[in-house]
Amino acid sequence: MSGRTLYDKLWDEHAVQTAEDGTTLLYIDCQLVHEVTSPQAFEGLRLAGRAPWRPDSIVAVADHNVPTEPDLEEIPDAVSRHQVETLDANCAEYGLLEFPMGDPRQGIVHVIGPEQGITLPGMTVVCGDSHTSTHGALATLAFGIGTSQVEHVLATQCLPVRKPSNMLVRLEGRTAPGVGSKDLALALIGSIGTAGGTGCAIEFAGQAVEEMSMEARMTLCNMAIEAGARSGLVAVDDVTLGYVRGRTYAPEGSAWEEAERRWRELRSDDDAVFERAVVLQAGELAPQVTWGTSPEMVVSVDSAVPRPDEAEDLARAGGMKAALDYMGLKGGETVTDIELDRIFIGSCTNARIEDLREAAAVVRGRHCADNILQALVVPGSGRVKAQAESEGLDRIFTEAGFEWREPGCSMCLAMNADRLEPGERCAATSNRNFEGRQGEGGRTHLVSPAMAAAAACAGHFVDVREYLA
Amino acid sequence: MTPFVRHRGVVAPLDRSNIDTDVIIPKQYLKSVKRTGFGPNLFDSWRYLAPGDLESDHARRPRNPDFVLNRPRYQEASILVTGANFGCGSSREHAVWAFLDAGFRAVIAPSFADIFDTNAAKNGLLTVQLSEAAVRTLLEETEQTEGYQLDIDLPEQTMTADSGACWSFDIDSQRKRCLVEGLDDIALTLRHANRIREFEAARRAQAPWLFDRFGSP
Repeated sequence: MSGRTLYDKLWDEHAVQTAEDGTTLLYIDCQLVHEVTSPQAFEGLRLAGRAPWRPDSIVAVADHNVPTEPDLEEIPDAVSRHQVETLDANCAEYGLLEFPMGDPRQGIVHVIGPEQGITLPGMTVVCGDSHTSTHGALATLAFGIGTSQVEHVLATQCLPVRKPSNMLVRLEGRTAPGVGSKDLALALIGSIGTAGGTGCAIEFAGQAVEEMSMEARMTLCNMAIEAGARSGLVAVDDVTLGYVRGRTYAPEGSAWEEAERRWRELRSDDDAVFERAVVLQAGELAPQVTWGTSPEMVVSVDSAVPRPDEAEDLARAGGMKAALDYMGLKGGETVTDIELDRIFIGSCTNARIEDLREAAAVVRGRHCADNILQALVVPGSGRVKAQAESEGLDRIFTEAGFEWREPGCSMCLAMNADRLEPGERCAATSNRNFEGRQGEGGRTHLVSPAMAAAAACAGHFVDVREYLA
Repeated sequence: MTPFVRHRGVVAPLDRSNIDTDVIIPKQYLKSVKRTGFGPNLFDSWRYLAPGDLESDHARRPRNPDFVLNRPRYQEASILVTGANFGCGSSREHAVWAFLDAGFRAVIAPSFADIFDTNAAKNGLLTVQLSEAAVRTLLEETEQTEGYQLDIDLPEQTMTADSGACWSFDIDSQRKRCLVEGLDDIALTLRHANRIREFEAARRAQAPWLFDRFGSP
């Protein structure tokens, strides 16, 4: 019998039972809850006369709707406020731990999970949010679910699911300075497509991954869903354990010793079989910039926007043409000639302290270009914000003309007041460049924090490697 | 959940790949705490000429005459045929609720994104996966024949056109059963409550640090 992958091991450990037809009842160790995808689940629970199976396994936080302007006492938008208050009321009714607005622990759900030690290696973690794949960076089986499944986990602590297949992505070599895990993720999606990982759990491995910090691994796993994979994973190593140790909800003392012993086994066996494998040479990559309305529409910063007439087939050419029309671009345009209106540094992809340090290192001694209407820096959590302020990063940003905001999802999906106006063009460190994602008619280019910072200073895209030279 | 056994309805074509859930239902409607009322906002940014929100009177918003679903012949459509990787992106189940609220019962595509596909099954919206070639044929037939209808028979796993053309499709057996019988799958899981409790007790013994972590005791 061949060995097992990391994903196999996590799956087997949480399988309550598997039916003859292959449906597994999977035990869920922790559910993270936010205000947008939970109200209908709590209502469903109440209507059926049920209650949460294990309230001690749930953490709630409001992030999607919260305003990020400083010093707000309450949410000005009444509809958003009602949704956040509904979460507060549900948490109070069922005795759930919530980090409410204004709490220093509040932040984007996928930032606070690892940060607080809520997410631990070897767990199953679900959340009604597709970017739950982020938590797989800690060798956690984590995936996004819909509201019906949120209710299912609340009611039963389990999900009936079919096991996805195993996919291995090896990122070989060492990335150049100025090229980060966001660039690797975008290049991978450009290579395999946004459906390239559908039906799979992706394990990331290889030298570039081994040398990454935990936060860089989170960025990589966060973007696994943009490749269609519900889960991303990285094996446990000293970096993982070093990150988890001492966090608020991590075990201590003898429990830590026992946990560490078990977590050390969370890696794929040498003879494990993956149904699919992809190799990417990380050392050869340049910083990436998306040009279209799907994350797979991406090129290197030192190249040009592709031409539809050079597409492989008619269907693809049609998709490219529609995307270029929406984006207000022409095939053949040089990427570094594209001028920006707004800059967004934030989101569950890139709003951790290392992301802000990376952006600040580029901004230091520079200023936003005159054509930039707004450059936002939105820390991923209250804790990230406090850490950045203790390092003086907030002053670097504000002195350069950036706005320094309160934590939240913000302009990644524009459910709060932070949004693009129709036709405006934004360099964003978030994860989706879909039509209207950052505001109806808005045009999004996905980049790394360093690239967004450089674009803010230049007013157009630049190869950040020139700034760092 | 409303059971899905057989359904006959008008087919509408939306010839585009990688349609994401942000396009199916834009973010401003996600502020609702209800499951209903999203029908007028299905493909909102394509359907209307200007943005709206939860408080808009959608009946009065000017419609985009170029958007295929606004054409009179598709007003009664209940089956959508569309491109690959349908429903990618955000996990928002509102996308499925919008389809149902707009009167759709089935979506046919070469492939679906995982989360959308799961959400659809939980709500009685049938997703039918067909080959690229079969979807291309359906897109063309729908365009060419006004009032083009399909008869979907889930127990038989077939779709039949008035011309007699017939396609069979695959579906997960458990999903089929839940759809046909309109089952509450939470109740199905709770039948195994004792087994879950046993598993939980063993897990607590193995990994006690994962228990009694959060919330009020």
